[in-house]
This record gives sequence, C-alpha cells and structure tokens, in this order.
Amino acid sequence: MARRENSEINAGSMADIAFLLLIFFLVTTTMDVDSGISRKLPEKSEDTPDVVIKEKNVLDIVVNRNNQILVEGDQQVQVTDIKRIAMDFIDNGGGLSASKDGKPGEPCDYCKGAKDPSSSDHPSKAVISLQSDRGTTYGMYIAIQNEIEAAYNELRNRLALQKYKRSYKDLLRDYKDNGSKKTKEKIDFLKESYPQIISEPEPIK
Amino acid sequence: MSKFKKKKKGLPAISTASLPDIVFMLLFFFMVSTTMRETDLLLQPINFPSATEVKKLEHKSLVSTIYVGKSKDARISGDKIQVNDKIIDVKDIPSFIFSERALRKEEEVKYMTTSIKADKEANVGTILDIKEQLRDINALKVSFSTKGTNVRSNY
Repeated sequence: MARRENSEINAGSMADIAFLLLIFFLVTTTMDVDSGISRKLPEKSEDTPDVVIKEKNVLDIVVNRNNQILVEGDQQVQVTDIKRIAMDFIDNGGGLSASKDGKPGEPCDYCKGAKDPSSSDHPSKAVISLQSDRGTTYGMYIAIQNEIEAAYNELRNRLALQKYKRSYKDLLRDYKDNGSKKTKEKIDFLKESYPQIISEPEPIK
Repeated sequence: MSKFKKKKKGLPAISTASLPDIVFMLLFFFMVSTTMRETDLLLQPINFPSATEVKKLEHKSLVSTIYVGKSKDARISGDKIQVNDKIIDVKDIPSFIFSERALRKEEEVKYMTTSIKADKEANVGTILDIKEQLRDINALKVSFSTKGTNVRSNY
C-alpha cells in the first residue's frame, strides 16, 4: 500500500467554527458599564460628640411623600431650582472659616457669593441637610442628590478654571490617566475648598 | 500577435482564506469584552433613575450589587431586595457583605463598593434602611446606579 504524503489539513471549516463561537459570544455579551452617583456614608461611632451648627450654616431641604420639596422650611421649589439655591448657599462666604490648628478663621477669598451675613459663613462650614420621607420615590431622591452634586461640581469647576485653567472634569480624567501627584494635589485642594457636607437625618415616618 | 491576445476569463473568485482571521479577530474582541450575566433578576425589570453627575464604577470585581424593586409576582407588593439569586430581608444585608468580603483579599476590602440598583419607583425608606445596614458594618462606599441623563424622567 502506498504511503500517502502528509496532506494539508483542510482549514475551510475553521471559519465555521469561529463563526459559531463568535455568535455565541455576541449573544451572551453585555457591555453595560455600571455608573452612578457615588456617595461615602458617614462612619458610625458610639461617642459622636454633639456638634453645634449655626442655623444659618445649614440648608434645609425636605421632601415629602408627594415628592414636593421644601427649602428652609418656607419655600416650595422645583428640583431644577435646587442647584442654584445650593450654589448660592455654599458659595455665600458671609463669614470666616472654622479656626484650624489655632489659626484664626479666614474669610473665603474665592467665593463669589452675595456675602449675606444671614446665609452660610464659609464653604467648609456649609452643611446641606436632605431629609426625605420614607414614601418619597427613589427617582426624586436621586434627582435631588444629582442637583446637589451638580452644585458642588460646578463650584469646583469654576475654581479649577480660575486657578489651573483646566476644568475639574479634565483634572479628574488626567488623574485617572496618569495618576500624577501634582494633579492629585490640585483635586484635593478643590475638594477641600468646596467640601461636600451632606447630612441626611432620619426620614420622616 | 498572439502574445497580446486577451484570454476570455471570468472574474477570479475572491479569496476567502483571510475570512477565518477576520472572524477570529471579532471573536477575540467579544471574548475579551464580554461579561457573563451572573444573576437572574427575580424582580421586575429595573427602571433606573437618571443622573448627570455620575461616576463610572471601576474595578468590577470589587463591586457588590444590591437590587431593589418590585417582585415579579404582582400579588406581592412593596419593595423587595435581591442579592445574588435570592430575595432577602434588609437585616440579611450585613451577612451578604461579609460573605462578599470573604471572597476578596484583605487589602482590597477597603476599596469595595456597594452598587445599589434600585427602581425609580422604589421608596426612599427602603434605600435608607439599606444604607443604615451598610453603615453598621462599615461598608461606606456606595454608588446609586443610574442610566441615562434625562433627569426629568425621574419624577
């Protein structure tokens, strides 16, 4: 019997096999990225000292179960108004910052607010309190959180453009891309200038 | 002149030899980018709220997900909480987080994020209960999952 020469393997069906696998992965694939509003919850500790915060340093936002919003106890507003109200409140700069390490407080030199003495003293003192009802819908809650976040982001962005000639978003992206220390310092400075202080008291039952 | 006589010839067949290469390239792309769906949702499809100020969740392996929504069974009312493949009670959330932590390296635990995927019709009370449970066990990084940017559709 004549020995056959080693004939080449027929690769014609390779494409079919690959197509089969391809279609399988096409069907099973999901490419959704999980994105959302990120929050850091406050730590829980037993011996939290009672902090006295002046009434004027707190922006009171209350949402009831009918998704109606009340700001400072007397003003019913729409969701879209919250950003402006929050910005005016945070950026007011009517007084001095808290004294740190024995140094006396300083006035807010980067604030562009109305400097109203009856509103917040300093961004580092301004607290936004968001009280919701147990029956408020989650969509509303997210919308308000989004507005508050937007207020902080816009203020940080303004300061970033003024100081570094670069938007806050770009700085964050830069840091993610190369992670340089300098960028981190800039971001930290912006965050410190306009720190997010959001308090969420117990919901209305 | 026979040298220049044109031969009547049909179009040559297109070579399909590189077809497997192209297909394999696509195949590898999808293999790399694919994530298998791990959980079967026992709830009604979630209608995510929208937001503009969002952050992408990096490091998918460090994210534990909690779903909140209505049960598929229309007779059961109220918000239900699902983790992995089970509907659980709010009080069981700590044990879920602990079991998630046990799967990760110790130094990674502090970077773990809890992603709350809740329906926009859910009650804030449920969400706040979950947050309270997470605070109790020091799982402080939370992300409220959203889709789209049309904030008006939220309410």
